[in-house]
Amino acid sequence: MRIGDAKQSYEADEAIWTSSTQKIWLAIFLLALAVFPFFADSYLLYMGCLVGIAVISTTGLNILTGFTGLISLGQAGFMGVGGYTVAWLSLNTALPFPVTLLLAGLLAAAVGILVGLPSLRVKGLYLAIATLAASVFLHFIFAQWESVTGGMGGLSLEPAHLFGLTLQSDFEMYFVIVPLAVLMVLAAKNVFRTRIGRAFIAIRDRDISAEILGINLLRYKLMSFALSSFYAGVAGGLFAYFYRVVTPESFPLSMSIFYLAAVIVGGMGNLLGGILGAAFMTLIPEVLNLLTAALTPFYPNAPIFMSPMLEIIFGALIVGFLIFEPHGLAEIWHRIRRFFSLWPFRN
Amino acid sequence: MDWLFFGEISLAGLAMGGLYALISLGFVIIYKATKVINFAIGEIMMFAAYLFLAFAGGMEMSPWVALPLAVLGGSVLGGVIEKVMIRPMLGESSISVVMVTIGVASILVGLVELIWGADPQLLPSFLPRKPVFIGEMYLAPKIAYGFLIGAGLLIVYLLYFRFSRGGVALRATASDQAAAYSMGINVRRVFNLSWVFGSLAASLAGVLVAATGGLSPQFGAIGLSVLVVVIVGGLDSILGALVAGLFIGWLETVAGAYLGGEYRMPATFAVLAVILVIRPYGLFGTHEIERV
Repeated sequence: MRIGDAKQSYEADEAIWTSSTQKIWLAIFLLALAVFPFFADSYLLYMGCLVGIAVISTTGLNILTGFTGLISLGQAGFMGVGGYTVAWLSLNTALPFPVTLLLAGLLAAAVGILVGLPSLRVKGLYLAIATLAASVFLHFIFAQWESVTGGMGGLSLEPAHLFGLTLQSDFEMYFVIVPLAVLMVLAAKNVFRTRIGRAFIAIRDRDISAEILGINLLRYKLMSFALSSFYAGVAGGLFAYFYRVVTPESFPLSMSIFYLAAVIVGGMGNLLGGILGAAFMTLIPEVLNLLTAALTPFYPNAPIFMSPMLEIIFGALIVGFLIFEPHGLAEIWHRIRRFFSLWPFRN
Repeated sequence: MDWLFFGEISLAGLAMGGLYALISLGFVIIYKATKVINFAIGEIMMFAAYLFLAFAGGMEMSPWVALPLAVLGGSVLGGVIEKVMIRPMLGESSISVVMVTIGVASILVGLVELIWGADPQLLPSFLPRKPVFIGEMYLAPKIAYGFLIGAGLLIVYLLYFRFSRGGVALRATASDQAAAYSMGINVRRVFNLSWVFGSLAASLAGVLVAATGGLSPQFGAIGLSVLVVVIVGGLDSILGALVAGLFIGWLETVAGAYLGGEYRMPATFAVLAVILVIRPYGLFGTHEIERV
């Protein structure tokens, strides 16, 4: 039985994986992720890919909103920049797939910096509304700049190629999306062990105090915007390759709210929370789908109620978590973990 | 340039702007008293408009009975939202409270779809149909009378806040909560009342706007335009809400008429962006000074 960690060096304190139990479970989890596609049917694979994309984007938004305290309603817009970038590059250039994805992230990061510029003057809700304005403009550009974005009809992509393979099916996409998601979450985890990440957290906790401590607010806020939109851009790029079509309606405002909700439901300022939130919020509609399918034989009207019920559940989850569990799923997870690691003692 | 056309468009825009001013007033009342940014205001409007549809269309009441009932229903809804979902968030960060109102908005959209279906609906017409001419300029009667009713409520509100006991309590709470509390003002009740009054203004505007433009579960998107109005005018300024409401309504309509419907949102949001950069606290808002 393990009841605590005696850390005797700074290295041990800084380490990401603190105990061997944790390492074993992590290895089992990664193994499960790796063998999952060989056993899962096409529907589960599809869901797996969606969760992977959502995890990347939620992690990005978590960096900005959860760790830096800058609330953003522009996440869908940044994803759109990424999605349109890969779509345009794959149609008009012969660049390989990883390069287009990287460029998508970088362009989204550049747009993110531009959108973040007002963050020196305005903060809190004003900033949220500035990002809302940005997402309105981006949507307008997606819909109107027809020579590049294809207007309302959008762009259709060919399947991506990687190492001579064609990434046609969800099975192949899974092996791109999920490792990338794992890698990017790990990268984010490491950011918060450096000066940059610590600066983000300091800004979130009290920006004026952070500035007095010698943190250049504009620089670090913009860095946070850039990093967060880079994640969004990559997620948007994967989104484009996954559905192989992008239209202005692929990235609506409700998507930005969805990701904010995922961050909140998961737990703000907690990377594990972001993962849990992304998976939870992506799977909820599917659970409701299954439920509807199960109820249809008894209540033929069930499918009609499905979409309004989804709206209600979505809203109720946001409100419920904020009122009753402000630290989100991550807190529930920790409680469960504590229960097992302290068992048979009560926590 | 056709000045008559421009005049007619401007008039229609200003009339629409008058309704925006009314909604924004509701928004500002809530913000002033409770410091909550209410993203659900568009959905409260929508809910009241659907209530009107149910009373006047479904139960075939006279529209002049249905209208007060629907507005009453909307204000009760506002009060209930405050009591059940906003009250527990007292003292939490403003981001969390805003997210609660976004959640409320989503719940309301779902409820409306569940009860009344997702298809667009037309409200039974209840305003006089005789065309209105101001000089040579024609104004659609629905818009004109909607504006008049809205302006009426607006004036009642302004007088109420200036002279009545409840209005003074509200203003006192807005300017200094602790002082108001120590002077015997029931701050909790003021919080609740501000939501009731704010939702009342929004509900009336909701029925009037839906009467001119039709109603669907996407109706709440009008809340985005209201957001622009209150940021441009200043979140805590009633005067700002009035001026910016008229201006944004006018700009939206003119941009829609001359450039095309897809330019309505970008035009107003461009104004918003400029204001955020040069005067983040809005045209008439209070500039808050932050201290550590």
